[in-house]
Amino acid sequence: MKLSNRTKVLEQEELTLAERIYLPAIAGGMMTTLKHFFQKPVTIRYPEQKRYLGPVFRGHHILKRDQNGAERCTACGLCAVACPAEAISMVAEERKKGEETLYREEKYAKVYEINMLRCIFCGLCEEACPKEAIFLRHDKMVPVFNDRNEVIFGKDKLVEKMDDRYLRDGWK
Amino acid sequence: MELTSTVFTAKAIYVGVIFAITLGVAAYSTYFERIFAAFFQDRVGPDRAGPFGILQPLADAVKMFMKEDFIPANSSKWLFILGPCLSMFTALMTSAVIPFGDTIDLGNGVKFDLQGIDVNIGILWVFGIVSLGVYGILVGGWASNNKYSLLGAIRAASQNISYELAMGLSIISILMMTGSLSTKAIVEAQQNGHWNILYQPVGFILFIICAFAECNRTPFDLPECETELIGGYHTEYSSMKLGFYLFAEYINMFVSGAVMATLYFGGYDYPFYETVVNSFGENVANLIGFGALIGKALFFVFVFMWVRWTLPRFRYDQLMNLGWTGLIPIAMFNVVWTGLIILLPAEFNLSSWASIGVAIAGIPVLIVGLFIYHSIAGGKKKKTALAR
Repeated sequence: MKLSNRTKVLEQEELTLAERIYLPAIAGGMMTTLKHFFQKPVTIRYPEQKRYLGPVFRGHHILKRDQNGAERCTACGLCAVACPAEAISMVAEERKKGEETLYREEKYAKVYEINMLRCIFCGLCEEACPKEAIFLRHDKMVPVFNDRNEVIFGKDKLVEKMDDRYLRDGWK
Repeated sequence: MELTSTVFTAKAIYVGVIFAITLGVAAYSTYFERIFAAFFQDRVGPDRAGPFGILQPLADAVKMFMKEDFIPANSSKWLFILGPCLSMFTALMTSAVIPFGDTIDLGNGVKFDLQGIDVNIGILWVFGIVSLGVYGILVGGWASNNKYSLLGAIRAASQNISYELAMGLSIISILMMTGSLSTKAIVEAQQNGHWNILYQPVGFILFIICAFAECNRTPFDLPECETELIGGYHTEYSSMKLGFYLFAEYINMFVSGAVMATLYFGGYDYPFYETVVNSFGENVANLIGFGALIGKALFFVFVFMWVRWTLPRFRYDQLMNLGWTGLIPIAMFNVVWTGLIILLPAEFNLSSWASIGVAIAGIPVLIVGLFIYHSIAGGKKKKTALAR
């Protein structure tokens, strides 16, 4: 019974003598594997060697500071709204006098927490942010955690360190 | 009395050394199998346990011993235990007759053979023990009370019987050349570069193919074919009992490499033997010969692994077809042609080069013969419908 017109009848010859003896093909195959035997392995030994994942890889979150070292985040909450996993939560606070060097805007996030078990690293917070404050780093992954208490990352882990500033490839 | 005890002590030490070498090579074969597999597939392989992972066999052994040693409830318990023991036992016995080296002078005119025992049925002993080896698999597979194990065991038995015939026939050519069954005599006949591979190229190819089948190695590892039989005869085995089965396979590989070196590659013969004897003395030269044989055997172990990571497994009917209709007729041809190799130069008083010439001329004759047979018997076209 023919189900479709896509069946093609192939005429297969009986194996030739060289093919029946097997040995020429086996010798050819052995040479191929021997060639690979002397090739450099393509393995990247992961924890010791890390591969460059590209400038758009979405890894560890970072709360950027501006060029003067003041936090950019103004606790508008747009990232928390955009977050499909509801991983972000924050508590806003008004900037006091004398804190202009610490916070760029008049309102800032006193508490800023990301639940790393919830986060799906989609990058929507980064897109939603009007102040260019939150980014997902391309060069660092969220470390493995061994305890549930370590899962929620606060400002101590998220805010950019001034001696280790984050610069994405392609930025000035 | 003094002489007997010296020889006895030396023999005991020798047996211990051979035992240790065999076990050591087998243990490290597991490591090198994985390393070579990785290299053939552009990977790195085990490199975590110690530098370059050289402690991996130790880790594997510890793992094997620590695992639960499970015996299925419905198995016949004693046979279940006997299976791996038989496999290991037969694998270790074979090396007794392999001449690992020439004689060593122990002083006081005592000569000591670097060979377990030189019996005049040497090669028959190897064959007998290798045939016994299949009992380990058969008993283990039967005792498991599992249909997959039993199928694996049956496959192993029929495969070994089929390939032993072709193997025996290819050995007969060697026996015709040497006129003796003693492995020592076979090696002595090949000294000074008259290696049997030059006179028996077809025989060697037959022998190595059969050796793959006898060791249950890919492409003939049908008894433990995972895709069809789970684990084959060792499906039900765990812990060190499984370890013994796997270990026995690697010992068999090493020993069959040593047998191939003995039969076809001159045993402990190596080039420039005379020069070494003149400059360092006979003992050193013979010890290098010992190393040469081990080296040759290890090379064959490498070939075993190389083939394993190159070729896919045969189908069972292909395996039987190849053994009965391919290898046995060619082996018979080889026996007849060996007669020519021996007779022609003797008849016309030619040198050994002439026998090499006759031996090499055998290959085109064989191919022409196969071609004629093929064009008479084959040549049908198969029609196959392939859906695109």
